[in-house]
Amino acid sequence: MLSASIEGIGFWSNGLPSWQAARDFARDGTLPEGAPARPSPQLLPPNERRRAPDTVAVALDVALAACQAAGRDPKTLPSVFASTHGDLGITDYMAATLASDPRAISPIRFHNSVHNAAAGYWTIGAGCMAPTTAISSFDASFAQGLLEALAQLAAGSEAVLLVGYDSAATGALTSVWSSTGLLGGALLLSAPRSGALRLGASLAAGEPPPARGPLARRAGGNAMAPMLPLFDALALDAPHTADSVILKAGPGRVLRVELADA
Amino acid sequence: MQPLAIRAYTATTALGRGRDAQADALRERRSGLRRNDFGKDPLDTWIGRVDGLEAAALPAAQAPWDCRNNRLAWLALQQDGVIDAVETLKRRHGADRIAVVLGTSTASIGATEEAYERLDAENRFPADLARPRVHTPHSLGGFVLEALRLDGPCVTVATACSSSAKVFAQASRLIDAGLADAALVGGVDTLCGSVLFGFNSLELVSAQPCRPFDAARNGLSLGEAGGFAVLERAAAGESGLQLRGYGESSDAHHMSAPHPEGLGAQLAMRDALARAGIDAAQVGYLNLHGTATPANDTIEAHAVAALFPSTLHASSTKGWTGHTLGAAGIVESVFALLALERGLLPGILNSGAPDPNNGPQIRFGNAEREIDYAMNNSFGFGGNNCSLVFGRA
Repeated sequence: MLSASIEGIGFWSNGLPSWQAARDFARDGTLPEGAPARPSPQLLPPNERRRAPDTVAVALDVALAACQAAGRDPKTLPSVFASTHGDLGITDYMAATLASDPRAISPIRFHNSVHNAAAGYWTIGAGCMAPTTAISSFDASFAQGLLEALAQLAAGSEAVLLVGYDSAATGALTSVWSSTGLLGGALLLSAPRSGALRLGASLAAGEPPPARGPLARRAGGNAMAPMLPLFDALALDAPHTADSVILKAGPGRVLRVELADA
Repeated sequence: MQPLAIRAYTATTALGRGRDAQADALRERRSGLRRNDFGKDPLDTWIGRVDGLEAAALPAAQAPWDCRNNRLAWLALQQDGVIDAVETLKRRHGADRIAVVLGTSTASIGATEEAYERLDAENRFPADLARPRVHTPHSLGGFVLEALRLDGPCVTVATACSSSAKVFAQASRLIDAGLADAALVGGVDTLCGSVLFGFNSLELVSAQPCRPFDAARNGLSLGEAGGFAVLERAAAGESGLQLRGYGESSDAHHMSAPHPEGLGAQLAMRDALARAGIDAAQVGYLNLHGTATPANDTIEAHAVAALFPSTLHASSTKGWTGHTLGAAGIVESVFALLALERGLLPGILNSGAPDPNNGPQIRFGNAEREIDYAMNNSFGFGGNNCSLVFGRA
C-alpha cells in the first residue's frame, strides 16, 4: 500500500467556496451567505483573475488554499492536475468557431484550450519551476491523479500538490455531457510523518458504491464528482467514522483509500 | 529510477508505418511533408499527414471509439511487434499489472469539431457522433486499454507537446512504486482544425516546409503521428535498449512562449542526466524539440550550448514529420532509440543557413556512428518540459 500525510485541503463548489464551508455544510447543513459565483484565484494578477477560464480559476483557488493550509510555499512543489474534460466552455468555443469562421480563433482561447492550462497558470503564478503534469482518465481521473501523486512521493518527492477539477458543459456539448457547476478539490500530500492525517491507497477489482455523502449529493452533477466520497469522508472526520473510501479507478477497478490519525 | 528495458517500440508518421519506414526516410533525407490538403478550407502551409487513416478501421468490438485519432492509434499498434510484446507481458504479469500511459494534446477533438459542423436543428450532436467518450481527452487511453484488454492503471497525459515524453516518466514511477510491473507508453495526435487554425492564430505556422535552426526559419509545419513503447523492469545482466533517465520541469514564464533564457529546458535536461547518472559528454545524440519557430529554436540552442560540449550531435527532425504535438515525445524518442540501435544520427532537413545563435552542437547533416546514450527533448505550452535519456545495456 502507498501512503502519504494530508497536510492541507482546498475545496470550492458552487455555494461552498472554501474547505471550511464544505466541512460546515457536511456536518450540519449550513450554507454560507453571499458565496461568490466564481472563485477569484489570488495567485493571478487582478486582470488575469477576471479573464481566467473557470477551470483555471477553480483549480488555482483550491491549489493555493491547500498550500496555505499546509504552510507550504507553492514555488517549491511538484503538482498533478487531474480533470475529466479540461474546460468544456473553451471546447465549445473552439468547435463552434471552427464550424463558423476558423480563421477567427482567438489566440488566447487557443492556448487556454490545452488540458494543462491550469497547471501552466499555476506554475507561472507561483513562479514554480518544479514539474507539473495534467492528466485525465475519464471518471477515474481523480483516483489516477492520486496514484501519480503517491508514486511521486514514493520516488522521493517530499511533498506533492494534487488538484482535481471540472466545469459545466455548455452549448451543443450538453447533448453528450451533462457536467454541471464548477468543482475543485486539492490535497497537499507529503511523505508520511507523525502528527498528520494519514492516507493509504491500494488498487483492487470492483466498482465503487453509490456516493451518498453530503458533498456528493450537492455537487454530484459535476464530472469531477467521483472524488467527492474522499472529500466527504475528510469533512466528516473519517478516521473515526469510516474504514475506507472506495474511488472509481478505471473500468472495473477501484482505489481503496484508508484514512487514519498518525 | 531502475533502468527499464524497452521490449518493443514503434512510430507511424508521415514517413510511413513502423520503424523501418522512419529509419529509411531519415537515412535518405526524404521528407514526409506535403502541401496542406486537410479539411475543406486548407490554410497555406505544409503538413505531415499519415496516409490511409480515412480507410483504417478499428476492431468491430471497439467501433464506438472510432475517430481519426483512435484509428491512428490502432494502426500504429499493429507495427513492430508491439501487441505481441504486450501479450507476452500479460501472460507473465497479468493484465492488471500492466499500466497504460499515453500522451496526446488534442485526443479526438477532430470528432467534436465534426459534430459541431453537423449539429441538428435542436443544436444536438448527429446520431453517429453522439458517442460521449470520444469527445473527451481520455478517448485515447480508454480505447487502447479496452482494445488490448488490459486492466492496469490507465492515464492519458495531456501537457500539450511534452505529453508523450512525460508518459515515460510517469510509467517509470508507477513501476518503481510497485503499482505495475510493465507499461505500454506512447502517444497519438492527429491533424484537426483546432491545431491548424489555433497555431495559425498565434502566427506560428509557416507557409513553407519548416526549417529548424535555419537563420530564416519562420514557423512550424504541423503533423500527425502515433507511437508506442513497451517497458518492463530490466533484469540484471540483460542487454538491450533501456530508458535510463527522465527530467521534468516548468518554465514558470508564459502559456505559449518559452522562458527567454531556457532555464526550464536546462533544468529538465540536467535532471534527466542526473537521474541517468551520466555526464553531458556521454550523450551521443540529442533529438531537439526544435519546432522551427524563431523563439523556440534560439532558446533551445542556447540551453544546449550551456550544457553540452561541442562534440554533441543534436538535431530537430521536424522537417521530416512536422511538429506532431502530443505525439512528438514518442516519435522523437523512437528516433533517439533508432540512433542508439542503428547508429543513425539524423541531421536537419530543409535548413541551409545556420542561425548564428546555433552552437556547434546543432548539426544539419546526417552522421552514422555508434553511440552509448541518446536523449530527447520535448517542451509544451504552459512551459511544460521533459527530457529523456536512453541507453544500451
